[in-house]
Amino acid sequence: MPATAETADQVQSIEGEKYKYGFITEIESDMAPKGLSEDIVRFISAKKNEPEWLLDWRLKAYRRWLEMPEPKWAKVDFPPIDYQQYHYYSAPKSQEDGPQSLEDVDPELLATYEKLGIPIREQEMLAGVQNVAVDYVFDSVSVATTFKKKLEAAGVIFCPISEALERCPDLVRKYLGTVVPMADNKHSCLNSAVFTDGSFVYIPPGVKCPMELSTYFRINEQNTGQFERTLIIADKGSYVSYLEGCTAPMRDENQLHAAVVELIALDDAEIKYSTVQNWYPGDADGKGGIYNFVTKRGACRGKNSKISWTQVETGSAITWKYPSCILQGDNSVGEFYSIAITNNAQQADTGTKMIHIGKNTTSRIISKGISAGKSDQTYRGLVKISAKAEGARNYTQCDSLLIGDKCGAHTVPYIESRNKAAIVEHEATTSTISEDQLFYLRQRGIPQEAAVALVVNGFCREVLQQLPMEFAVEAQKLVGISLEGSVG
Amino acid sequence: MLEIKDLHATVGGTEILKGLHLVVEPGEVHAIMGPNGSGKSTLSYVLAGREGYDVTGGRIIYNGEDLTNLEPEERAAKGIFLAFQYPVEIPGVPNSTFLNEALNAVRRYRGEEEMDKIEFIKMLRAKTKELSMSDEMLKRAVNVGFSGGEKKRNEVLQMAILEPTLAILDETDSGLDIDALKIVADGVNALRSPERSSLVITHYQRLLDYIVPDKVHILAKGRIQHTGGKELAHELEAKGYADFVGEAA
Ligand SMILES: Nc1ncnc2c1ncn2[C@@H]1O[C@H](COP(=O)(O)OP(=O)(O)O)[C@@H](O)[C@H]1O
Ligand SMILES: [Mg+2]
Repeated sequence: MPATAETADQVQSIEGEKYKYGFITEIESDMAPKGLSEDIVRFISAKKNEPEWLLDWRLKAYRRWLEMPEPKWAKVDFPPIDYQQYHYYSAPKSQEDGPQSLEDVDPELLATYEKLGIPIREQEMLAGVQNVAVDYVFDSVSVATTFKKKLEAAGVIFCPISEALERCPDLVRKYLGTVVPMADNKHSCLNSAVFTDGSFVYIPPGVKCPMELSTYFRINEQNTGQFERTLIIADKGSYVSYLEGCTAPMRDENQLHAAVVELIALDDAEIKYSTVQNWYPGDADGKGGIYNFVTKRGACRGKNSKISWTQVETGSAITWKYPSCILQGDNSVGEFYSIAITNNAQQADTGTKMIHIGKNTTSRIISKGISAGKSDQTYRGLVKISAKAEGARNYTQCDSLLIGDKCGAHTVPYIESRNKAAIVEHEATTSTISEDQLFYLRQRGIPQEAAVALVVNGFCREVLQQLPMEFAVEAQKLVGISLEGSVG
Repeated sequence: MLEIKDLHATVGGTEILKGLHLVVEPGEVHAIMGPNGSGKSTLSYVLAGREGYDVTGGRIIYNGEDLTNLEPEERAAKGIFLAFQYPVEIPGVPNSTFLNEALNAVRRYRGEEEMDKIEFIKMLRAKTKELSMSDEMLKRAVNVGFSGGEKKRNEVLQMAILEPTLAILDETDSGLDIDALKIVADGVNALRSPERSSLVITHYQRLLDYIVPDKVHILAKGRIQHTGGKELAHELEAKGYADFVGEAA
């Protein structure tokens, strides 16, 4: 049997059991009753002691949501979602009073994060490497946030969004829902109605955030969804690098994750947002796994501002996600670097939108898609250039790598340009891992699976290089693991 | 010691090796010469365990062990190295990363510790210099954009790092100018020792002036047709294959 066919079989034989983050934390949770209604929306808002305006906003979103149709244009296939089967709020009982000091965190939770490889501690990740501040979100609540003091000293606000509503309600009110309007799509509308914790970041003018910021999302309880909301504001001339990571236990039912992330960069500010998404992908037959329906968008409001999205998408049963940039400020820059890996029965429809409004705005899209097993993957991108966007430029490169012959890869680039002088370039390639490459590597002693991982990592190199150093090594390993049969 | 007994092998259903015998003792260098299409590369792939090259009869014994059912990486770990006639490009993977992975994989298989990163880099630099290669080639993706000569030298570099006990060189000399040829030959000679052996596949006698073989075999029609000392290569160069291929076939 040729090596490529064997690889494909091996890759196909990977079972969900190999997912090493699939354990369940036995912890007593305080949960909202199952289902979705105005009462549930009020319940969540009350849990968070929210101001009146926010409850009104949530209720308005809920009512809009009831009427909105599901988005149907993505190339993903799943039975209708029964929204009444989920709990829209779940929090460990021990964390009832909100985030405590690090010393007071429930030992079960400490053990959970230890096991996940991201212990709740204020420590150097690697000797000599810059520290990373982490917000730990467990189901619907943040259970801890590290390095708050150090960040406060720099004027940086980094906390759960519920806490931000107390610390700086005006900032939240000013920006919430301004990049992703409440009724942008059915999933974002649901999020607006029932969102729970997520991180809030504010970087004051002229401040370079002294450390990497990171949020780690964990879905634990059965029949829950996670609906976090992240809002990052980089004020004039500031800089922040933020990373989001996610995992969930192996459950037979499909859990829903409908997050909204909004980024705002003012004049001369830069936001670098990286994601390593490793939600449970379901088993080899497509049973279980997370539905990851996420709306992420950044607004380059100020001149010379820059927003850069980097994503490594390896998990979830279904991914529906298009981190986008609205380039309003003159000379603003939007970037999208993506690695999407689908295996077994996973489906992913992901890409980006770059909306050029300001003059001399530039955008760059580098997408690397790897499909294996019987998975199906689509890159869907839109580059839109308005009439006023003089001197706008876009460069798009979409590369697909196929492993085996039962998977699918599709590239759907839309270009809408109203400005004749704009320069829009698009390149696309499709390739397979060649038998020659695998034999060459194996002849040098590198086992088959490691050889696949090496070739795939090489294929993704341009994107992996965009990740903060602290996470690049992990991401490389993850790329290998998501395609391996034996590592678990 | 390598012992190939009555080896039959097919590629895509066609029998290419048809009863090949060959014994290489430790410390020996054997040359294999033969016309195009005679099965030289096929032999090297069969020895390395490439899929699609099926052994249908006979045995390959290396140091007392039958290799036939071992994976390519297991054979590599047992000391078998193939310098490819056409080295393969691996985009995006830096040459040094590849070399490091290969060495560590082989070491792990043998139950040895991985080499310390700093020690590895030192060794890599030294070997690179011996082969008159630039450090810059270590940073570049494996074989991507390398000239023909650079690719061949890169094969020899890999060999120098992995220190195989059986090196099979498949036309490593073709496309090399005389200086590069000498460098490659030096690389092979540097590995010569009482425990190590080499199988040098070549078209030209020229390489054998620098890597002096203990034995020369002529491969044609899927079998070794003739075996002699190093003078056989000269004879072959003078007379051509026809004389040798005809008689035993
Ligand atoms: N992949 C393949 N499929 C079918 N025939 C092959 C394949 N590879 C080599 N052959 C055939 O096997 C024979 C020997 O080829 P090869 O071993 O490459 O010869 P050499 O290296 O001596 O020039 C040739 O007739 C060639 O056409
Ligand atoms: Mg050949």
